[in-house]
Amino acid sequence: MSIKTEHMVLNMGPQHPSTHGVLRLELELNGELIVNVKPHIGYLHRCFEKHAEAMTYPQIIPYTDRIDYLASIYNNFGYAVTVEKLMGIQVPERVEYIRVIFGELQRIASHLVAIGTYGLDIGAFTPFLYCFRDREKILSLFEMTCGARLLYNYIWVGGLSHDIHPEFVRLTREFLNYFRPQVEELNQLLSYNKIFIERTANIGILPAETAINFGMTGPNLRGSGVKFDLRRNDPYSIYDRFDFDIPVGDGRMGTVGDCWDRYFVRVLEIEQSIRIIEQALDQIPEGDVSSAIPKRIKPPVGSVYGRVENPRGELGYFLISDGGLNPFRLKVRGPSFVSLSVMGELCKGHLIADVIAILGSIDIVLGEVDR
Amino acid sequence: MLELFTELTGDALLGMIINSLIPLVFVIPLALFFVWLERKVSAHMQDRLGPMITGSHGWLQTFADVLKLLQKEDIIPADADRKLFTIAPILVFAGSYAAFAAIPFSSAYIGSEIDMGIFYVVAVSGLVVAGILMAGWSSNNKYSLLGAMRSVAQIISYEIPTVLVILSIVVLAGTLNLLKISEMQTAYFWNWFIFGGPEPGLIKFLLIPFMFAGFLILYISSLAEVNRTPFDIPEAESELVAGYHTEYSGMKFAMFFLSEYANMFVVSAIVSAVFFGGYQSPFGYLGNSLGISWLVPIEQFFWFTAKGIFFVFVQMWLRWTLPRLRVDQLMAVCWKYLIPYSFVNLIIIAFLELYR
Repeated sequence: MSIKTEHMVLNMGPQHPSTHGVLRLELELNGELIVNVKPHIGYLHRCFEKHAEAMTYPQIIPYTDRIDYLASIYNNFGYAVTVEKLMGIQVPERVEYIRVIFGELQRIASHLVAIGTYGLDIGAFTPFLYCFRDREKILSLFEMTCGARLLYNYIWVGGLSHDIHPEFVRLTREFLNYFRPQVEELNQLLSYNKIFIERTANIGILPAETAINFGMTGPNLRGSGVKFDLRRNDPYSIYDRFDFDIPVGDGRMGTVGDCWDRYFVRVLEIEQSIRIIEQALDQIPEGDVSSAIPKRIKPPVGSVYGRVENPRGELGYFLISDGGLNPFRLKVRGPSFVSLSVMGELCKGHLIADVIAILGSIDIVLGEVDR
Repeated sequence: MLELFTELTGDALLGMIINSLIPLVFVIPLALFFVWLERKVSAHMQDRLGPMITGSHGWLQTFADVLKLLQKEDIIPADADRKLFTIAPILVFAGSYAAFAAIPFSSAYIGSEIDMGIFYVVAVSGLVVAGILMAGWSSNNKYSLLGAMRSVAQIISYEIPTVLVILSIVVLAGTLNLLKISEMQTAYFWNWFIFGGPEPGLIKFLLIPFMFAGFLILYISSLAEVNRTPFDIPEAESELVAGYHTEYSGMKFAMFFLSEYANMFVVSAIVSAVFFGGYQSPFGYLGNSLGISWLVPIEQFFWFTAKGIFFVFVQMWLRWTLPRLRVDQLMAVCWKYLIPYSFVNLIIIAFLELYR
């Protein structure tokens, strides 16, 4: 005898505590088992790309802040690098160093949110607040420099909006000295916790081939064991001057490319970012940060693709200029948007609780998915 | 105590009512205190201050919260089963309150001295399951239903290791009466069952490791029974929003909330009653040495509360340290580890008792 059963459809989101913003996941369930996952996006769509066509090049920078609001500096950075590439601007040494320091501080801040909220998704509340406590200190360093804590409008085409505060170098060193042991504490509290490993190891395994086919970048790709980092493979700014490693997932707790690997790559990247910042702080030269800022930004006719390694992966700007004051077209290639597409593939056959673990491990920012 | 109240009021019914209201007077302030304590414990663990404004160190915060909840609109979802939706929180609270009837607060006061005491407590705690399932079903919300199903599966599974461990103590004590079990572990702390029980001899020392194992199993299962981290799967907020009480608001929500904290105390009281001497002092009584006999029950009440609060504190400590297990892992912990271990533990303890 067979009993007629049907699958339950559960809408997770758009208002749900752990969808990291306003994402709606349509889950098709067999009991608690996932049959299918369909992400529905667009709740945060703000027409960034269309807006950009109606604004001058410097006016776009504050809008780029809002793409990925956890890594604003990096959005500025990528945009500036792209426009400079088209215009052929050589920025001063000091600017490059400050950009790298800020970019890496931003990477640490962004990874702290990723790690903290991931702990929260798994049910550990305390590491979340520890991460935010340390992130606050980084935000204070930013605030000291440009007055903003979240949306900075700091990296301009050809330079920076302000020079760093005279105390900045000393305070950043102080912060790094304070912060290094905190990473160890975080590992003891969360990364090597037995329950945490049980929940994340061997869950949502993303083989390297699938990751490449889906176009994943950043920690998600490196978690699958692929050593690809734009800072090394296609160096922009002055990243070729620093000595750092590219951590990859090694399946230490389970299989290569599982949630734990993706999580732990971020922890290791924090340590590498600390190394880069320390080297940059040692080498930073004196100089003027606004000397190369053009009076009027009017790039020549043409198109350019600029890309940077943002905390979530490859952030690319494709810019077409018709020689006017506004870009003809500005297309953003967001890493979270691409990463989200792999959700359906990763979730099949797992439980509801694993959907949360997987979603947290690919670390999306909905602001950037929808733009 | 019942006789005293009956004598004072001159009416058997009135005496009974007063007698049964005493735990309520104890439970509600205690639950409010635990809510405050939870906030403070979590805050201090997380480098925060927690509530600081309402009263000194925020001690009035929960009173303010309850007042707020009382004034809130009582929302019943349009498609909910109204009757079940209303009964569910009452049933859950009744379940956890009823358990207090058989718990000895001191040698002078126990709500009702029934010979089946501990069996009764385990049984009425099971009543909570019905309430939770009702709440989840009647809310007509998928998250609530999933939470309720998980909760029922979890509580029913974890009752087995709980009962097996309690059974091993019953084997040693020879009684199900909680008052007698507590009375047995009198005088000094080495008479507690965690240290092998009151009877001296070689067997007592042989029992100690099994008693510690039993205590761990009982404490872990009690965490699961009150849905605390790492077993707070029914109300896992990152997955199921708030689990079975997602749709509840106002006073009905407060009932769930209070009964959760009351339940935490019940399981802690059970753990302390069977393993840690219940209301017994670890080192004699001041009242006895001073010759003031009425002081002894008060001291006992103090020790009972202190032990209960300590175990509740450990529950909070774990909650703010550990992540959460997944539902199938939770079941695996119970069926693959706790139940076989508690069985073996029971058999060994029974053998040792047999050859005493």
